[in-house]
Amino acid sequence: MTMPPKPPAIGARRPRLAVHKFSSCDGCQLSLLNAGESLLALAERVDIVHFAEAGIVDEHAEADIALVEGSISTPEEQTRIQAVRSRSRWILSIGACATAGGPQALRNLGDSADWIASVYRRPDWISALPASSAIGAHVPVELELPGCPVSTEQVLAALTSLLAGAAPLTEQDKVCLECKRRGQVCVLVTKGEPCLGPVTVTGCGALCPGLGRDCYGCYGPAENPEVATLAERFGDLGLDAHAVARRFMYQQSGAQPFHRAARDWRQRARPAAPPAPGAESGAAPGPQPDGSTDSHD
Amino acid sequence: MKAAAGAPREAQVLSRTDETADMFTLHLRLTDARARAAYRFTPGQFNMLYLPGIGGVPISIASDPDRRETLDHTIRAVGRVTRVLAQLRAGDSVGLRGPYGRGWPMHDAEGQDLVVVTGGLGCAPVVAAIGYVVARRERFGRLAILQGVKHSADLIWRERYDAWARLPDTRVRLAADKPDHHWGDHIGLVTDLLDEVQLRPDRTVALVCGPEPMMLAAAGRLARLNVPETRIWVSLERGFQCGVGHCGHCQLGPYFVCRDGPVFRWADVGWLLGTRGF
Amino acid sequence: MTSASFLPRDRLQALFDRLREQGYRCVGPRVRDGTVIYDDLTDAANLPVGIGARQAPGSYRLTHEGHSRCFAWANGPQALKPLLFAPRESLWRAVRHDDGRMRFEPTAQQSRQLAVVGVRACDLAALTLQDAHFAADIADAGYASRRGGLLLIGVDCTHPADTCFCASTGDGPGIGSGADIALSELESGFLVRPNSAAGALLCDALPLRDASDDELYTAAAELESARSKQHRRLPGRNLRDALFANLDHPRWNDVAGRCLSCGNCVAVCPTCFCSTEREEAAFDGSESTRVRLWDSCFSAEHSYLHGRLLRPDTRTRYRQWLTHKLGGWHDQYGRSGCVGCGRCITWCPVGIDISAEAAAICGETVEPGEARGTREGS
Repeated sequence: MTMPPKPPAIGARRPRLAVHKFSSCDGCQLSLLNAGESLLALAERVDIVHFAEAGIVDEHAEADIALVEGSISTPEEQTRIQAVRSRSRWILSIGACATAGGPQALRNLGDSADWIASVYRRPDWISALPASSAIGAHVPVELELPGCPVSTEQVLAALTSLLAGAAPLTEQDKVCLECKRRGQVCVLVTKGEPCLGPVTVTGCGALCPGLGRDCYGCYGPAENPEVATLAERFGDLGLDAHAVARRFMYQQSGAQPFHRAARDWRQRARPAAPPAPGAESGAAPGPQPDGSTDSHD
Repeated sequence: MKAAAGAPREAQVLSRTDETADMFTLHLRLTDARARAAYRFTPGQFNMLYLPGIGGVPISIASDPDRRETLDHTIRAVGRVTRVLAQLRAGDSVGLRGPYGRGWPMHDAEGQDLVVVTGGLGCAPVVAAIGYVVARRERFGRLAILQGVKHSADLIWRERYDAWARLPDTRVRLAADKPDHHWGDHIGLVTDLLDEVQLRPDRTVALVCGPEPMMLAAAGRLARLNVPETRIWVSLERGFQCGVGHCGHCQLGPYFVCRDGPVFRWADVGWLLGTRGF
Repeated sequence: MTSASFLPRDRLQALFDRLREQGYRCVGPRVRDGTVIYDDLTDAANLPVGIGARQAPGSYRLTHEGHSRCFAWANGPQALKPLLFAPRESLWRAVRHDDGRMRFEPTAQQSRQLAVVGVRACDLAALTLQDAHFAADIADAGYASRRGGLLLIGVDCTHPADTCFCASTGDGPGIGSGADIALSELESGFLVRPNSAAGALLCDALPLRDASDDELYTAAAELESARSKQHRRLPGRNLRDALFANLDHPRWNDVAGRCLSCGNCVAVCPTCFCSTEREEAAFDGSESTRVRLWDSCFSAEHSYLHGRLLRPDTRTRYRQWLTHKLGGWHDQYGRSGCVGCGRCITWCPVGIDISAEAAAICGETVEPGEARGTREGS
């Protein structure tokens, strides 16, 4: 549990808020837009200087607090995030893309040049980085709020805390604890579903298990996530190695604990071929030794 | 006095004292006259100070238990709540719950020699006990006050130490690990000073408060000087939230630190404090 | 053999009707989401009729047995705990006025009297422990209010799960003195034994007849059979010294390699009591509610102190849980914190078995007066 840094000292004037977008679906911005009356209350306490989904556009504006949505996926974004950093006193990354690379980080598990060549007739027209990565991999970030999409309540609570002069508290609890608080019944124990609740941080309100579905980890790994232990359990439940790997290959495959599990179980899934050199080394995103591209299924 | 679990009461900041760059004392007064009249505490107890919308934090009471109008809390601005408390000015309000916990063994210590060993802001939970002894000096034997700081600039209450040093049968020694060139007292660890005061082990009661490694070292040194573990008292901290032993955050082996402590006999807790995970 | 009255199965609805007439909100076991949960229940037909449950480490499956019994299963994930120690509870509301002054209002509400039908012996034992924690000299207002209005109708447990070990902890399977009324379910109906004034008042209003010797004998025999079916046990009733003497036992590393640190064991444990407090603040800072939530010693915040975690890893967290549950409770509440319900075994996603872990760490530590041969049910 780490302490976020001090909120920016703003003084008497109204703080300025910017909402920036990088590679993403805009869903996190929409979460904020969906805040309704709270958004009006927010607008009374801060000057919203840039928020494209809300029709306010001035991406070069200086801001006390910047909410950043999306991952860094292209060379242009690599440059632009530096500019955002230099104009923002406090950066709050919101959502799975901004905090872990998002679903587009699935390409980090394969060879993106191969992918591009297999999808586009003119690969040379595509300008993309080989990997999609979190905002925090490029610039220092004061706080990260995960989730796909981010929770409106969490964003508002963080802003409320910042405006009160206190560092925001971030959610630490696992989905299981929130699931039990809500009186929901465990889908892993009663149905053998491969639920990611035991390793995923809550914030969603244990939404999926509450609907009888297994959690697919869209808020990403919790602190102290025993991912390897849970993956073994999925194997015991009858999932083949491919299926175990796929459990960790949704929006959060770029988060290191999930990335490692996906990589390790894809290697187990491979038919008994001689082990590739260096197959066990390093956790860094990179192409698979066999160039497999099964990560988008 | 046993405080009930329940809602906080409003307390107003009468004034504040800036002790160092990041340490300050809030002089608080319960707004409600009846609550103020009913409030009693013993040295070593603590209050939960609470800021709506932000949270609460346990702070020991540093004022004299006989001075009934204000409650002093000396705080270091290091966490998310204490940094906001540091912004408070005279006239501002806070929520206050307490007093909580079991304080120093002032009655058991009567007629005994006292050695007070503190490190850093560990002086705050003990200062009320020192004040209690000083106000009843004739009821106690020898008094030794040993305070250590890392940097000499962290030393607070210099004038109090000077005043205590002038009392009869009282020794005050200060230690700084990293002193500036004005430092005229011991250079090194506060525990070194235990060898310098002539302890009479069988009639000494030790009050120890500071970071846990410092308390472990002090208890070890006192034990080597033949002070029985039942005569060594320490004040502990854990993540107190409720203050009444309900929330479970302060568990230490068989104890709830907020309710069974925060002051314990070393004989009861020493075996756990050296163990990682407790 | 104590005396008892008999309520024919086809008159069971009378129990729910009288409870309603006497002003109780009535909660009882119902089938939901593949298990038995406790929820509002006014119709005896909504009890888990003909339902059984197969429990194993990390697994729970309902079975359809085709019989007419309603209580032929051991337990579900929760029973009394959430009804009294609420998973989420407002503690107070703080209002900040324009002049900077603050006002604090307790938010605990007087609760309506509640009857719970179908409580098990393990959960009654757990309730006694929760009472000792929340309703002793410093009482929790919300808990105490709900506890005061509680009427308990217990049912002997005749179908223990594979994970149950209440006979070994001495807490079951028969209903002792903790319930207002104790029921024993037989094929044709229920033995009824009132155990409090409120229980007697209710029984007076039920269509009861005297129980026959046969019925009494059958109930006792079923209970004895339930006891002997339990094969799990703790290695002793007081493991405090054995646990604290083994803080460096290699088994702690071993279990840390299997444990998810997810806290499910804590959440389903009927005696675990840890909570955390959160602020829910209005956006403009004008007011805020202090909310208490269930917490777990497997969470990070539980051991947070001055910017670090006293228990950063699964090994120290699991050790905290077990040494407290089976050790520290003896100092705090005069007995172990385990009542043998087996929920932590069933509802652990990876099926860690507290009885096996305790045995591995403590060895056999049967204390004087508790020689193995005299253990209940052996």
